[in-house]
Amino acid sequence: MAQMTATLPERGTEDTALITGSEAIAVACKLADVDVITAYPIRPYDTVMQYVAKLVANGEMDCEYIVAEGEHSQFEIVKHACACGARVFTGSSGVGWMYAMEALTVTPALRIPMIAMVGNRALDDPGAFGVEHNDALTVRDLGWMLVWVDTAQEALDTALIAYRVAEDRRIFLPLGLSCDGAFLTHSQAMVKIPTQDQVNKFLPRYNRADLLLHPDNPITVAPQANEDWVMEIRRQNYAAMERVPGVIREAYADFERIFGRKYGNPFFEEYMTEDADVVVMGMGTLSMPTRVAIRKLRSEGKKVGMVRLRWFRPFPAEELAKCLGRFKAVGILDRDFSFGSPYMSGVVATETRAALYAAAKHPPVLDFIGGLGGREVTVPDVEKIAHELFEAAAGKQKPLTQWIGLRE
Amino acid sequence: MAISPFVEIDSTQKLDAWKGVKKIPLEEYFTSGHRTCQGCESALVMKTMIKAAGPRTIVLGSTGCMYVANTTYYSTSWVVPWMHTQLGSSGAAALGAAAALKSLMRKGKMKKEPINVIAFCGDGGGADMGLGGISAALTHPDYNLLILMYDNESYANTDIQLSGSTSYGANTTFSPPGKMKRIMHHRWKKNTAGMLAAGHTECKYVATIDMSYGLLGMNCIRKALSIGGPTFIHSLDPCPKGWDYDPYISHELGELAVTTGVWPLYEVENHRLRLLGKTREIADGRYQRGPVRDYLMKQGRFAHFTKDDIDYFQSKIDDMWTKWIIPGVIPMMKDLEGDAPPSE
Repeated sequence: MAQMTATLPERGTEDTALITGSEAIAVACKLADVDVITAYPIRPYDTVMQYVAKLVANGEMDCEYIVAEGEHSQFEIVKHACACGARVFTGSSGVGWMYAMEALTVTPALRIPMIAMVGNRALDDPGAFGVEHNDALTVRDLGWMLVWVDTAQEALDTALIAYRVAEDRRIFLPLGLSCDGAFLTHSQAMVKIPTQDQVNKFLPRYNRADLLLHPDNPITVAPQANEDWVMEIRRQNYAAMERVPGVIREAYADFERIFGRKYGNPFFEEYMTEDADVVVMGMGTLSMPTRVAIRKLRSEGKKVGMVRLRWFRPFPAEELAKCLGRFKAVGILDRDFSFGSPYMSGVVATETRAALYAAAKHPPVLDFIGGLGGREVTVPDVEKIAHELFEAAAGKQKPLTQWIGLRE
Repeated sequence: MAISPFVEIDSTQKLDAWKGVKKIPLEEYFTSGHRTCQGCESALVMKTMIKAAGPRTIVLGSTGCMYVANTTYYSTSWVVPWMHTQLGSSGAAALGAAAALKSLMRKGKMKKEPINVIAFCGDGGGADMGLGGISAALTHPDYNLLILMYDNESYANTDIQLSGSTSYGANTTFSPPGKMKRIMHHRWKKNTAGMLAAGHTECKYVATIDMSYGLLGMNCIRKALSIGGPTFIHSLDPCPKGWDYDPYISHELGELAVTTGVWPLYEVENHRLRLLGKTREIADGRYQRGPVRDYLMKQGRFAHFTKDDIDYFQSKIDDMWTKWIIPGVIPMMKDLEGDAPPSE
């Protein structure tokens, strides 16, 4: 059972606490003064709801905390609460996320800035608690913003940034905050907990404005439109998504100014890439073994770097293509699968290749599917990937998709 | 009944019963712009529902006829705020809206006032897909909300397919009579209101209505919204398209459903059951229940019925009136009372 370990700081003093990724997000919910939260149990995301429940029970947080009877209702409840002007938080994992799929589909279409934590988990069957990214990735075409975080600190910070971006009137789109199950949701790390004053400065109140569902603003939301207007309405969502990168940049700049923590390029993190010949790219906590392996390889004189993709939607195509064009080969570590996709690759590799197609320089992109079902990606796995990349960089023909860490 | 001290109750609008048709205000909040069929009783339910509730109301509508036909883009018929919700989400929609109002008003982010929250669903959205969500909503004593199920006994918007609330034997596009099977739909109609009343002790009001008795129906809605907490109303709505009859007899069919005993009208208010209107008269012996044949044979969906089918239907209705512990409400047999209690 998850128990609160953080003692929340008094107003005005920044504090440090040893907490898990889930707890960090619960703390962010408190700091953001979320109004309505819905919970339903599924591992590993649900630890966040256990922390929230304790905050509510202890009177540290004032919100409506509803335990729903299934994920579909869980997401529908906050969807409607958000339409009525409430700041909302919810989340799920694996097949729970899929159970909510109908609600997930309509949420961006309704321009609902819902923040949902996805504790990434393998989809059934066979049953597995461990991380895979396919759950969150299923909404990638629907208008959800998707961001992957790496550490508990980044989870807390990104949750605050998420509200800021999603609730911006130019955007009004939902956001999936993806955290690798177990590796992040359940692992403790030292986290700086910002003060309420800092958060208040950074995060304005949610204002639904002319879209508020209230007797003072008697609008009809989501009427039957058909071929007369559906294209124009879809186009508005397209335009909103198009505005997201600009709003993300503003939010990160303000975040740095107010909280003093620097994330650099908001869309992806680069590690030892300045002089790298080849890079390994992935999302989430894969960065840990990758960093260790890179330091080892560097000590052997092999110039390897890492790119950790944060924002998957919107996909930072131009910036990423520009970055990856600098290297002789790119290896994608896909913690997901997409059976029957081009070259049978994973989702991130397929998207990255698409992003590179129009770019001036496009190095070979090799895909490595690994870490499925929560299997650990090891340092030797990353070393093997680097070996393949150096061979590809030397002009050797390599398979476009390989499975890594697979029992033969 | 006792209420937990941890339940936080907000005040509701006090909507007293209207004493007669002439006391009903003229203002309409469901007006022109809808495209329901001629003789649609469900459209009348929408109109009277929101008339009864008044303008300080948020309405959430599940997918179904009353979504598709009523809210054509740029010609909405709703004067009050209205939002679409998914087919099985009326319970969740009501909970979400009510929770937002409660939270925002408590925290001083929204002006404090009682606002009605009504979520409606059809029988497909309510008795079938959304039953779990409605059940969950009715367990939350903190939220003031009404879920109204307009039951036209089929998925009428999608081409008249049978639902769990369709009458026995009805001809629908999923249960057409054929050469081998005269009766494709051999399930009995689900007892939705009774089951919800019996299963949710926090729910202070459940009623069955029929807008052929409009004033009674509207006063039930006003009571449901005034009483506080989660409430449920089940309305039976004759449907010219789905039931296959001339639209001018919609009202007459609504009356026949009650007078033949097929559709008992009742309310469960603060856990006390009261039979209403003609149903009460039947129960008290002041009105003679008519034969179901009069109700069935006016509808094309039962045109394939033989005498045996009508007799079977009649016997089920007779059982309900003579054998159930409470006619129309609790389908347990009266002779249960005579059973010996289990020995130690």
